[in-house]
Amino acid sequence: MNTATTTVNGHAGHHDGGHHPTGILRWLTTTNHKDIGTMYLSFALIMFFVGGIMILAVRAELFSPGLQLMQPEFFNQLIGVHALVMIFAALMPAATGFANWQIPLMIGAPDMALPRLNNWGFWLLPPAAILLTMPFVLALFGIGDGAIATGWTFYAPLSVQGGIGVDFAIFAVHILGISSILGSINIIVTIFNMRAPGMTMMKLPLFCWGWLITAFLLIATIPVLAGAVTMLLTDRHFGTHFFNAAGGGDPILFQHLFWFFGHPEVYILLLPVWGLMPHVLATFSRKPTYGYRGQVYGFIAIGILSVIVWAHHFFTAGMPVPALLYFMYSTMAISLPLAVLFFCWIATMWRGSMSFETPMLFAVGFIVLFGIAGLTGLVLADVAADAQYHHSYFVVAHFHYALFAGGIMGVMTGVYYWLPKWTGRMYSETLGKWHFWLTVLSFNLTFMPQFFLGLAGMPRRIPDYALQFAEFNAISTVGSFILGLSQLLFAWNIIQCARGRGAPAESRAWEGAEGLEWELSSPPPHHSWEVQPQVK
Amino acid sequence: MSETAVPARRDHGRLVGRLVLIVAASAAFGIALVPLYDTICRVTGLNGKTFSAGGLAADEKPLERVDRSRLVKVEFTGTVMPGLPWELRPLQNSVELHPGEMQQVAFLVRNTASEPVTGQAIPSVTPGQAAQHFHKIECFCFNQQVLAPGEAREMPLMFIVKPELDAEVRTITLSYAFFKAPESTPRKDGRT
Repeated sequence: MNTATTTVNGHAGHHDGGHHPTGILRWLTTTNHKDIGTMYLSFALIMFFVGGIMILAVRAELFSPGLQLMQPEFFNQLIGVHALVMIFAALMPAATGFANWQIPLMIGAPDMALPRLNNWGFWLLPPAAILLTMPFVLALFGIGDGAIATGWTFYAPLSVQGGIGVDFAIFAVHILGISSILGSINIIVTIFNMRAPGMTMMKLPLFCWGWLITAFLLIATIPVLAGAVTMLLTDRHFGTHFFNAAGGGDPILFQHLFWFFGHPEVYILLLPVWGLMPHVLATFSRKPTYGYRGQVYGFIAIGILSVIVWAHHFFTAGMPVPALLYFMYSTMAISLPLAVLFFCWIATMWRGSMSFETPMLFAVGFIVLFGIAGLTGLVLADVAADAQYHHSYFVVAHFHYALFAGGIMGVMTGVYYWLPKWTGRMYSETLGKWHFWLTVLSFNLTFMPQFFLGLAGMPRRIPDYALQFAEFNAISTVGSFILGLSQLLFAWNIIQCARGRGAPAESRAWEGAEGLEWELSSPPPHHSWEVQPQVK
Repeated sequence: MSETAVPARRDHGRLVGRLVLIVAASAAFGIALVPLYDTICRVTGLNGKTFSAGGLAADEKPLERVDRSRLVKVEFTGTVMPGLPWELRPLQNSVELHPGEMQQVAFLVRNTASEPVTGQAIPSVTPGQAAQHFHKIECFCFNQQVLAPGEAREMPLMFIVKPELDAEVRTITLSYAFFKAPESTPRKDGRT
């Protein structure tokens, strides 16, 4: 527990003005958690559009059967880089941006514990994003054959044989991994060491709990991924045979190593969102969060379970029956703590005096759509059913319900909820509501047909398909373009707030909001809590 | 930039050190998964891997016990992987035998290229739980094979299905994938 209580520095008052670097140097050298949070979030928003444009090109190709716009090689590059960009360069930085902005505000700390590490953690991201996308540009000049074309999973032996795009992606993953580990260490140290006096772990806001579990998952699994892609690199260039069957290795080993990281990664992406959800639901239901302890234990249980279920991603690769059964049952067991979270979210709203501002709309939409992701996940966890659905569009639809509706719509919930706090301005509620309804309708228009495509047997990762799939694909493509264009409303709303347009926000921007962050002005002062608050 | 009100700074170093230890431990775990995976495959037959290279282990007596109460069908198949200009087919598609009986079969392999080529066969047994009871005594997969231009050769395989095989397994499929041998030296631990 933090006993060092309130530290008042007489010098601190001057820090808002004067001797800070301005312009680009301010952003390059900043150690301020709010500046760094802003950079993470801006980077995530830009990469969200980069990844989005890639997949719109894919959907345009899939609008009708046959090859119209691109060759299969380029198609394969787009789907893989889309996934890597969305996961590592959009969703994860967005969550880290939330952590940077909110954790010090919520626990009553003046800043993150390790501010310089924090700066470095962010500035590793742009080079990684450039490494990931540069092979596209190099190919235009006749260097190499484009970006990684294996899908985001790097499966051997395809990735052993692939072109320079694979090497670029491997180094990008190394750098992104270092960034994530630095960010996680910083967050854990901040939460453990910097809490305001009186804030015990069981008074820690749920958002911080969610991020704490995410941070531990990151430092436990990212090194395994780094090891796996390093082995891939030595297989490609230095004559080792980790994944080469002819040389005594085993390509299936790569799948085990990858998914040992890859499955916890799903929860790494989702836990920060699950953490922020109760804050939003409680605020707009004007009731305390239901089942705080249950949710904390749910987070911990999911964190532990997530590292022991990885092989359900390749049930069809060949496994003994007992192993299949183990991975099936353990996967299904995750639905128990997750159901606890769902019931807590619903019970928080139960008989509350609810109002439906944009963050609440996104939160409720999240619960419904993420519920569909969970239920279809149970279908895929079933070994017998999975043999049918594996590698089909059913899987694509399932994980987009989890990662778009669960992940990205969760992030949007948080952005709308905290934007008044960050910018000091209220966003346009009208545009926000348009954004929500357009997003939720076009999202379902895009991905609901993909469930039926998968059930009908359409495999994923193909640029061309049989005629019988044409109608559903056309619907899905129309939906995806509406979905993509609707996000411009989101960007516009954020930009307007950042430019200082819109009504000024009060300290407590939402009537029912509880928590330390709402006791600071909107936007908060340069150093968040110079005098640590006392939590009773 | 001077850090202003950061309290309890002295605690951070120790906690950071512990967290870095976790990172190092999980990196080590990731690397340890490579031999661990082999061991688990050996014990469970995961992935249909057979590990009887070099015949029966030294402390194991040749099997005298033959289970005449049942017959097991063993099917043979093979694939030539891309990059290897060979043809491959088993001389018999399948044999029926009693568990414990020694059996010899052969694969016909032909080099269609106009230069000598070295290949390496990798076996796989289905179902996986039969793999640990499938013992190869002599196999062309134990070594790399060199074929002269246009040479065709019958490659022998001698094996025993151990009587411990689960009663529910009535058919075993043995599949060979023939790869072009990697250019660098094979791994020193003698695995094929």
